[in-house]
Amino acid sequence: MLAKRIIPCLDVRDGETVKGTNFKNLRSVGDPVELGVRYAEEGADELVYLDISASAEGRSTFCGLVSRIASRIDIPFTVGGGIRSVDDASRLLDAGADKVTVNTAAVQNPDLISGLAAKYGSQFVVTAIDARKGADGRWMVTTHGGRNTTDLELFEWARRAVGLGAGEILFTSMDHDGTGTGYPVDVYSRLADLPVPVIASGGAGSAEDIARVLTAGKADAALAAGIFHFGKLTIAQVKSHLATGGITVRI
Amino acid sequence: MIAVVDYGAGNIRSVVEAFRRNGADCCVTADHETILRASGVVIPGVGEAAHAMRQLRQRGLDNVIRNLTVPVLGICIGMQILCNRSEEGDTECLGIFDCEVQHLSASDPTLKIPHMGWDTVSDLKGPLFEGLGNGSWMYFVHSFAANLCHETAAVTDYCAPFSAALQKDNFMGVQFHPEKSAAAGARLISNFITISESSCK
Repeated sequence: MLAKRIIPCLDVRDGETVKGTNFKNLRSVGDPVELGVRYAEEGADELVYLDISASAEGRSTFCGLVSRIASRIDIPFTVGGGIRSVDDASRLLDAGADKVTVNTAAVQNPDLISGLAAKYGSQFVVTAIDARKGADGRWMVTTHGGRNTTDLELFEWARRAVGLGAGEILFTSMDHDGTGTGYPVDVYSRLADLPVPVIASGGAGSAEDIARVLTAGKADAALAAGIFHFGKLTIAQVKSHLATGGITVRI
Repeated sequence: MIAVVDYGAGNIRSVVEAFRRNGADCCVTADHETILRASGVVIPGVGEAAHAMRQLRQRGLDNVIRNLTVPVLGICIGMQILCNRSEEGDTECLGIFDCEVQHLSASDPTLKIPHMGWDTVSDLKGPLFEGLGNGSWMYFVHSFAANLCHETAAVTDYCAPFSAALQKDNFMGVQFHPEKSAAAGARLISNFITISESSCK
């Protein structure tokens, strides 16, 4: 039986892993390759590396980093952050990444998703969606790490992204990210109707939060950063909690 | 020397890195002589069956592979093209394994296709699985799979049971990606290296 996946996410800026709350107050939490190796050894099912460097220099550092990750890590890893074109993605896939994730650039240019899917296949393309609940109760897509709100509605955009060739949807609630208060489970259970896997991201504060989004939220995988980086929980502790609750995990 | 066959398939790099991590001397090549001199041959692959077969034929590698007598390991699409036929693009394949590759049709609509992620392998047979127990976890990404046959060397069940691995004489194939399957995958790779080394003594 296919296991539910636990995916630590590493935000990388200028070659260092950083973590903040709601994309602000970033703190360095170590070398991305060593941290990835440690997570893989502890039982992570996949890794996601997001480049949040602002400079061209930072971006070229990231591509070199992807090669180093590929030579050390023996589980699948996804990279993203700043992919604006099929060529940007090709550089990272050639450097050894297994999948790429696109976010803001796909909102601005949805053809990026179809271009990537046509060249590499849907299984290489993860579409990340950040959204925030508006005053009217609708979930609206945001871009640029939550700084800009668009007029796209979450569920509509997710369906369209899948239609264009997204092989997985990685949804982050900007209202929950970094807060440790749990995932918006109701939103995930609606996204579960999509014909592709859904990765829950942003908000985990406990192993039980992860259990809930994988059961009631019907998510296929849970991505978390803070609880792992700051040593609040180990991956093994999370998986053991999930297994106790009858959730299929790789242990 | 392990030869990783370069036929324009994607993500060869992670396969090469995995063999190197496990101590193999390893090269990426489409050169017939180099492949024929290798102690073991790996056919990697991410991609589409018809395209993969075209690429192999263009390089004259279809006959080279068919006639190999050293241990051969096909991975994912690299295993599928060792079967008789694939439904993907209605492709005639190399015909080493006596089975067909079919689309994973979900009888259960909650099952998503591709079959992507970690799943277990059981009914393990042969030296490739030495030291690995039933229920070992491997990483899969595929929409097509080989049916069960007398050459099935491991079984995984998704929609229906399929051949997670095949073996016939010196030819082995795995549907999953050992290069991405953590310690269990590393053990399988190391087993293949051992099989290759012992066959050239």
